[in-house]
Amino acid sequence: MVAPESVMAASEWFALAPPIVLILTALLLLTVDAIRPDEPSNGLFAGISAAGALVALAFSVWYLVAGEAVNGGAVTFFRDAIVVDGMALFFTAIFASVAAMVVVASFNYLEDVDNTAEFYSLVLFATSGMALMAVSNSLATVFVSLELASLPSYALVAFLKSDKGSIEAGTKYFLIGAVSSAIFAFGISLVYAATGSLLLTEVAAGLADVDGLAGVAGIGIVMVLAGFAFKTASVPFHFWAPEAYEGAPAPVSAFLSSASKAAGFVVAFRVFVEAFPLATAVAINVDWALAFAILAVLTMTVGNFAAAVQENVKRMLAYSSVGHAGYALIGLAALSAGGPHNADVMGAAMAHLLVYGFMNTGAFLFVAMVEYWGVGRTYDDYAGLARKAPMASVAMTVFMFSLAGLPPFGGFFSKYFLFAGAIQNGFVYLAAVGAVNSALSLYFYSRVVKALWIDDPTGSSLDAVSSRPTGIYAALMFAAVATVLLLPGIGPVIETAQAVAAVLFA
Amino acid sequence: MLEALLAVTFLAAFVVLLSPDEYAGKLAFVLSLIPLVGSLLLWQAFDAAGNALTDGTLAFETQAAWLEFAGYEIQWFVGLDGISLPLVVLTTFLTTLSIVSAWTPIDERQSQFYGLMLFMEANLLGVFVALDFFLWFVFWEAVLLPMYFLIGVWGGPRRKYAAIKFFVYTNVASLVMFIGYMALVFSLPVETFGLPETTAAIAAGQIDPILGLAPSTLLTAAFVAMFFGFAVKVPVVPLHTWLPDAHVEAPTPVSVMLAGVLLKMGTYALLRFNFTMLPEQASALAVPIAIIAVLSVIYGAMLALAQQDLKRIVAYSSVSSMGYVILGLVAFTEYGLGGATFQMIAHGLISGLMFMAVGVVYNATHTRMVTDMSGMADRMPIAVWILVAGAFAYMGLPLMAGFAGEFFIFVGSFGSPAAAGLMPVFTAVAMFGIVIVAGYLLFAMQKTLFGPYRLEADYDVGRAPVHDVLPLAALLAAIIVLGVVPDLFFEMIRDAVMPLVENGGGL
Repeated sequence: MVAPESVMAASEWFALAPPIVLILTALLLLTVDAIRPDEPSNGLFAGISAAGALVALAFSVWYLVAGEAVNGGAVTFFRDAIVVDGMALFFTAIFASVAAMVVVASFNYLEDVDNTAEFYSLVLFATSGMALMAVSNSLATVFVSLELASLPSYALVAFLKSDKGSIEAGTKYFLIGAVSSAIFAFGISLVYAATGSLLLTEVAAGLADVDGLAGVAGIGIVMVLAGFAFKTASVPFHFWAPEAYEGAPAPVSAFLSSASKAAGFVVAFRVFVEAFPLATAVAINVDWALAFAILAVLTMTVGNFAAAVQENVKRMLAYSSVGHAGYALIGLAALSAGGPHNADVMGAAMAHLLVYGFMNTGAFLFVAMVEYWGVGRTYDDYAGLARKAPMASVAMTVFMFSLAGLPPFGGFFSKYFLFAGAIQNGFVYLAAVGAVNSALSLYFYSRVVKALWIDDPTGSSLDAVSSRPTGIYAALMFAAVATVLLLPGIGPVIETAQAVAAVLFA
Repeated sequence: MLEALLAVTFLAAFVVLLSPDEYAGKLAFVLSLIPLVGSLLLWQAFDAAGNALTDGTLAFETQAAWLEFAGYEIQWFVGLDGISLPLVVLTTFLTTLSIVSAWTPIDERQSQFYGLMLFMEANLLGVFVALDFFLWFVFWEAVLLPMYFLIGVWGGPRRKYAAIKFFVYTNVASLVMFIGYMALVFSLPVETFGLPETTAAIAAGQIDPILGLAPSTLLTAAFVAMFFGFAVKVPVVPLHTWLPDAHVEAPTPVSVMLAGVLLKMGTYALLRFNFTMLPEQASALAVPIAIIAVLSVIYGAMLALAQQDLKRIVAYSSVSSMGYVILGLVAFTEYGLGGATFQMIAHGLISGLMFMAVGVVYNATHTRMVTDMSGMADRMPIAVWILVAGAFAYMGLPLMAGFAGEFFIFVGSFGSPAAAGLMPVFTAVAMFGIVIVAGYLLFAMQKTLFGPYRLEADYDVGRAPVHDVLPLAALLAAIIVLGVVPDLFFEMIRDAVMPLVENGGGL
């Protein structure tokens, strides 16, 4: 409830509009379904969900552009347990965009499935959980919102009840998720024991004079770090991700690998910078930036090499999304205590996550469309697809080259800024490993392009490519246009990202 | 102005991509006339003095902030000077002609083909007008993508191999060049990627050591990295092996664009980056560069001499011709630099003509082997006579563009003090290349075109359709006009290269 000492102006509550809108939309879906349970309303549900996600997106962008949050004018609620600042709004915009694309695409994917209202509401509940993760300013709210985002995700992965792969993936995801939550919760409790608080700023203060409990705090921080590594699918805690992404319905894979991963990062950014300031952490021998550097190098390398040997496109995308987690980790790994370009690096990581939200979602949605047609999942199955679906193949080509970081698309600048920021902050080796991995990734991304455009069709499987699933097409084109426009339009994105990151380091 | 040119071309590409296959070719031709006319209007209204990178006045300049990262400013910065304008005109001219020349051979997925051609044109224009490194690099890399598809989808039997080889070679080269340029910029105090600002800062010697490298070492390393990156694109021996594969597999119109414009990206960038920004390093490394140039001329010509495939002959002779351009650049004199730039245009037109003419013959005969053909002159007289005229232009017959270009280069390099006074020797050796060119071209013409007709074909080999011959005639006309009145371009080129010569390059 509202803290008595802070009678808040109604206008300040607008800052929380995005998560509130998402939650209300999810509830509305369930209500509509309860009122008319027997009517097939797939289209209606998809429309409501997309509208809700877009309204949340509009609120977050509007509030971000209005500018106060960017300039440090953060709004806090519930005795600082929740803070709406620029970074929270920036990430909420990512979650809402991805959710909008995913629900629109799911409209076709779920044509023959029951209980669609539940599916959409699960997506929106998960999205609102992510939006709350972005505004969490206390380890307690972090944990609660993390669970709010995770529980619907487990159900979503296993949503295709008749598909053994889906069930297996959901079970695995659930078990791993539960274990990581336990580790995370245990880490929080150790940090609480050492510092006496859960609020991030107070944790930082407590950490500064932790005295005899430095060891406890240190172990706590490492366990929290492990919890994040699970959530963001960083090596060596990544092994669940390819299984879950492959087994899940493709729109859900898109949702998890883009939005859920970004949610993990927003919490990691805030918690590590605010609660465990690097200078203080190093003083008690917990150099988490070094730990993240090791994770980043491992994640990039393992993810990309594993992606390179896949024959299945969906699995390749799953591993490559592990690799991209490695790039984003540079945002934490290339920080140094008092480093001159800390905000630049973290801002670049945020911008990369935004671009990634479009290009990776789009890539998985293309897989969803191919699954919808029943063509298959291997490179060979994709052969010659461009002849049947040229515009969709153009979109997929855009995603592939953008993920690889080639210049005409958004992924080029976001990767460049990430690596340049690392170099400027003195971490040349991180940029070098990232650049080599990017060069390698071109190999497996361009294999998809080659299959689509250049290879000749192998069998008769392409005959199925006749219908045009409008929902998936619309979402795909939206993602492709966004990916292209993010190259000329990267200016405001990167500047906003750096400004909101600078607030953390102020 | 330039924004409008780029926007129209991108839009045209998109419209053609969405159009039905039956109309795509004609529509692409009509739409490509807009940038062509636009570039001619630019030429007509052109008014610039000096070199874009060394404080010259620019024509049609736009400079606007685009974005900023960590204090570094990236701008939308475009403009034209006497070096870039001829290349812009060449690009629009050749694109329109190669679109027409595609009507006969391209018979599947037309809207995609013509859409990619126009998309490539737009990015090529971008390369030649951009004056901010990032903007330029975006266009530079974006040219690769349509080329990859154009070879990979519409190419010959080994198209997949050729497309991937092309992509890997040029992409790796770009990466090396990118790293070299970044090292250069990060060691300068200017916080911008504008090419003029960077050039000025280097000229003022404002370089700081980074990563423990002394400024002189750093500059040399950057020069070598960039030279490598551009040399692959040119290409010079021994980095040329992707070129014959790409050319032989590519369909005719794509070969025209590849030889006519894409290779010029390499020499244009060499002139802009290596020789304009780092003249001292260019002069210090003049001997090895001149050796590479001469090697390309002679070795390329010898390779051409050994081919039996007409298209391969033309492809290898491109290696040879581009060697002349490098020789002109390294001479670093008014006529050397000016001739090199002029030769880029001349070679663009002549090689375009040769590839197109070989394509016309191939459309009719379904073979390109010198040993299979004989007496084509009787069957398709007009196309063949234009082919012969093109071959003469290649050999450097006076009053044709090739003669003007090569003559300027030889004048410039023979009298050049570069390379420790060895330039006359290098020039003399390179001139010997002309003899070999004349040899293999005459030999090939003799065997294929004249003598008794003996092609055993179960199809009719007859005159080429009008729309195949017209682009050839247009190219030949342009070659002759430029050969007779080289000042159409040479004057503005000279204005643009003179500041470079005056800066001296340490000569």
